[in-house]
Amino acid sequence: MSTPYAKLPAWADYGLIPLINLSVAFIVAGFVVMLVGENPFRAAVILVEGAFGKGTGIAFTLFYATTFIFTGLSVAVAAHCSLFNIGTEGQAYIGGLGIALVCLSFDSVLPWWVIFPMAIVAAAVFGALWGFIPAYLQAKRGSHIVITTIMFNFIAASVMVYLLVGALKPAGSQAPQTRNFLAGAELPKLNWIIELFGAKIRSAPLNICFLLALVMAFLVWLLIWRTKLGYEMRTYGHSPKAARYAGISETRIIITAMMLSGALAGMMALNPVMGDQHNVAIDFVSGAGYVGIAVALMGRLHPVGIVLAAILFGMLYQGGAELAFEMPAISRDMIVIIQGLVILFAGALEHMFRPYIQALFASFSPKAVGLEAVKGKGA
Amino acid sequence: MDSFNAIVQVLDSTIRLSVPLLLACLAGLYSERAGIFDIGLEGKMLVGAFAGAAAASVFHSALIGLGMAVLISVAFAMAHGFASITHRGNQIVSGVAINFVAAGSTIILGQAWFSQGGRTPALQPGERFEAIVWPGAEAVRSVPILGPIYAELISGHSILVYFAFAMVPFTWWVLFRTRFGLRMRAVGENPAAVDTAGISVAWLRYRALICTGVLTGVAGAYLSMVQNGGFVKDMTAGKGYIALAALIFAKWKPVNAMFACLLFGFLDAAAIRLQGSPLPFIGKVPVQFMQALPYILTVVLLAGFIGKAIPPRAGGVPYVKER
Repeated sequence: MSTPYAKLPAWADYGLIPLINLSVAFIVAGFVVMLVGENPFRAAVILVEGAFGKGTGIAFTLFYATTFIFTGLSVAVAAHCSLFNIGTEGQAYIGGLGIALVCLSFDSVLPWWVIFPMAIVAAAVFGALWGFIPAYLQAKRGSHIVITTIMFNFIAASVMVYLLVGALKPAGSQAPQTRNFLAGAELPKLNWIIELFGAKIRSAPLNICFLLALVMAFLVWLLIWRTKLGYEMRTYGHSPKAARYAGISETRIIITAMMLSGALAGMMALNPVMGDQHNVAIDFVSGAGYVGIAVALMGRLHPVGIVLAAILFGMLYQGGAELAFEMPAISRDMIVIIQGLVILFAGALEHMFRPYIQALFASFSPKAVGLEAVKGKGA
Repeated sequence: MDSFNAIVQVLDSTIRLSVPLLLACLAGLYSERAGIFDIGLEGKMLVGAFAGAAAASVFHSALIGLGMAVLISVAFAMAHGFASITHRGNQIVSGVAINFVAAGSTIILGQAWFSQGGRTPALQPGERFEAIVWPGAEAVRSVPILGPIYAELISGHSILVYFAFAMVPFTWWVLFRTRFGLRMRAVGENPAAVDTAGISVAWLRYRALICTGVLTGVAGAYLSMVQNGGFVKDMTAGKGYIALAALIFAKWKPVNAMFACLLFGFLDAAAIRLQGSPLPFIGKVPVQFMQALPYILTVVLLAGFIGKAIPPRAGGVPYVKER
């Protein structure tokens, strides 16, 4: 069976179509704002100003973006192997457990630059292990990765609640969280970079994890497009049959992809835990894993796209907080709607506008889209 | 006698807690049997709960509330259909999207319309479905054993509870004894064959999704108009996913679905009842373990350690007519 759609120029495929999908998502979100009785254009202005207007805003935007780069990369790595990892949320949560163990044990004796690498490893290992079980069950027992990872999110939540109201809670405390980490487990801030450009920053949690996230984005690019393993993952993602025929071990590739995905998800926890709150509290992930799905889809599974999409979502989070301040009717939950709409239009309805755009391109220059375009119109 | 009463009470709350699961589970059964994965049960329940409570409190009528719950929930189901049937999008992605839109919009609209922190106003009598007391329930209450069972377990539930349990044989009948059911099962197993027979795959799947929407709407209405007397944000709290787990546990069969939901409801009821008090022979069981048990059981089942759960074969695959 042929592909149902004709080819478009690359800039239309990777630029125009995502942009149109994104615009539609925001237009629909604008209607929701109108339904609430506010002016969507004013809301958009407040949102952008809140995110980029002041130095503090920029720092917060990048802080949130850091979290979403990790979760977006996590979802993308699995997705290249055609595994839909909804379990990023749970893997990040368990990653936080690894960080807590390292920080609580060593924060009084070691400096941050020793603890940080240890925490990275612990977070990655814990996240990877939480991704390993669903991967193993998918590869060996044929259970559906989506369902298993959803179940593992809930199991992770139960495990963490059990530990945070029990073993990890300091004696005599009521709050379900670990004790605050000492200075040894606090990461250095990056706010001075923004201050170099002359902006003033009061206090923002932007920290060294942002650089780590960018490094990981580069490494993921390297992995997916420049290594044998990445090639095998993409092959399996395109056609499991072809991969099997080429002698790629299904079990190995599924488990590797999911463990890498889990490791990236686990590392997300570094940013809020060591960079901001300095403790592990109940539900500290608070949906960032799910945002990762939107980020990965919007970034079309490419690290550059993911970084850009993560910054956009960071902007929504930071600007959304300002917006909630200015327009009390629009709380931060507006972002959840936008996130849903982005997933809907950039993910599930990805190809909705394609035929029209193809028809448009065909009417300008039939050659650019090839003869297939005529067929593509009706598809 | 005390322990007997305790058992009756736990069973009573088992029934109450399993009703939303059962409705959502049967809802999922229609769509998954027709070959459409539906992660969005949670979201559809949530919008149903919100629309139901909001409409009931504005129009002062429980029936209008229920109607609105079903309507909005079906609309969301149609959005899922539009993405995954008409545009052949990824069904899981679309379901995830629906859950987010539902979670966000219920809070935003609830806050904007009622300004009570995302709640709807508490429903007054007449705006919610009241318990139906069966004839003679009070009279026989004092009869040992049978009395409490009749008075607590059988009598004294709202109409939606009876509706939910009536839907079990009804769904079985639709699925296995009607032409629509046969075609629906066929379209979930082998859509190409159905298409060859000259039946529209898309229209069949859309109809299955309408059934899903109706049932999730009722499930939502039950949560906000029977169990709670008003909408609270995120009130589904993962029930849609437990229903999904129950559906797998039930191997996509209606009667099994009822038992799976009763089991999960019982676990929930027992967890609430025990609250960490020790069990005989086992000792103290953490509440969190009881709460996680449905998920753990589903994972174990899916892994094929207790029987094998085989989903409808065409599930999750958009149907493309051969070109």
